[in-house]
Amino acid sequence: MTLSMRGIVYSCTQVREAPAGFESQAPYQLALVQLADGSLITAQLTDYVSDAQIGDPVEMVTRKLTTEGERGMIVYGYKFRPPIQ
Amino acid sequence: MTGVSIIGAGRLAVGEHWSRSIGDLAEEAGRLALAEAGLAGADAVVVGNAYGATLNQQTQLGSLVAGRLGLAGVEAWRCEAGDASGGVALRAGCLAIASGLLRTVLVIGVEKTTDIVGAARVAARNTSLDADFETVNGATQTALAALLMRRYMHENNLELADFAGFSINAHRNGSRNPLAMYRNQLRPGVFSKAPMLADPINLFDSAPDADGAAAVVLTAADAAKNFNAPAVHISGSAIANDSLMLQDRADPLRLVAASQSAERALLQAGLGQQQIDLLELHDSCTIMTALALEALGYSGRGQGWAWAQQAGARIGLTGELPLNTFGGLKSRGNPSGATGIYQAVEAALQLRAGAGDNQVAGARHALIQNIGGLGSTVATHILSVAD
Repeated sequence: MTLSMRGIVYSCTQVREAPAGFESQAPYQLALVQLADGSLITAQLTDYVSDAQIGDPVEMVTRKLTTEGERGMIVYGYKFRPPIQ
Repeated sequence: MTGVSIIGAGRLAVGEHWSRSIGDLAEEAGRLALAEAGLAGADAVVVGNAYGATLNQQTQLGSLVAGRLGLAGVEAWRCEAGDASGGVALRAGCLAIASGLLRTVLVIGVEKTTDIVGAARVAARNTSLDADFETVNGATQTALAALLMRRYMHENNLELADFAGFSINAHRNGSRNPLAMYRNQLRPGVFSKAPMLADPINLFDSAPDADGAAAVVLTAADAAKNFNAPAVHISGSAIANDSLMLQDRADPLRLVAASQSAERALLQAGLGQQQIDLLELHDSCTIMTALALEALGYSGRGQGWAWAQQAGARIGLTGELPLNTFGGLKSRGNPSGATGIYQAVEAALQLRAGAGDNQVAGARHALIQNIGGLGSTVATHILSVAD
């Protein structure tokens, strides 16, 4: 299955009480994004200059999510940002 | 099928038990329940616990707790389903008695949460989310509840203050409960001004993590009269599950497992929801209360919040639908895997007319609902006055 790269913000929040591995990023914006095919995906929002709103159009980007262990292995994944065009 | 009764119940104060281990807490609760039943032991010990592995580096709680109780040799095991672990353990106890294979089962819910704090505790509790698609993206239980609440407020044109009555009611009831964690009353004006955890969820909207233990002794209903304490009948017992992740649900604002488990439990009890005299719901956040009230059929979609109006007057101890009569998770505290057993003990007190300042007059049937995650595992039990 190929997921759409674009969607809209179904709901969003600012996480202030972060779990281990994410403390340095807090507060960060977490969202349920509704993709073009209607499916939902849980992801952080990035590149926002202000608080996201329900209904905002967003697009998927590859970003660093966190680092693991003492050696700091980088975990990459997807986030969503306001569309560039 | 054999009916099941509660013949002994006990619970500890909910709070921060820094000087006591998870075994200490479970043992004391177990002894309280056994003493009330007039028993020295039971045929089995079932332990409901959510985060022993991640918060306490402790598994095999069945063996640990049975040993502490001097019951080495009996069968004993742990049930885990996130914050629904207690309710799931109660269901396991009911199945064991109803099968006729065991005469008595001691069900203990225990959680020791407060030894670690901050980001480490959030991460430990995050093990009940989906590791690959939620936790890795920085989600938390509170943040996911916040996503539900923000969406619910958006669809129904609500503000945070519209939910205040749920927390005010919890603290009004909890202030009368000597075993509650936070016995302060909550003034309507301050609810919306508390520090944010994950907006719109703030400190006064969300239940506190806590330490605690509670226990019940179960036996067959037709044998219950042979024991000391006045029996309470478990007239309905059901678990239903929904997808672990919100993102996999057709409509995240419907707690389908809450509906399904309640329907099954009510069917077993031969009761309609209008015959329920009091509710103990899983108010980890106020949005969960609103959604549960809708799932149970007390409100239509998008209307559950309205029970919070007028500072929760309609859900007070003398209201039309008494809710979380000992303070719920919000005021009594949320000792995760113990919460479902606290609900059972509190409901049993109501049905025995032993609830003191928290008594709901003439209560005959109570519905208790314990939720893991954001509605992923839901255990619903109906407790009734034994005839």
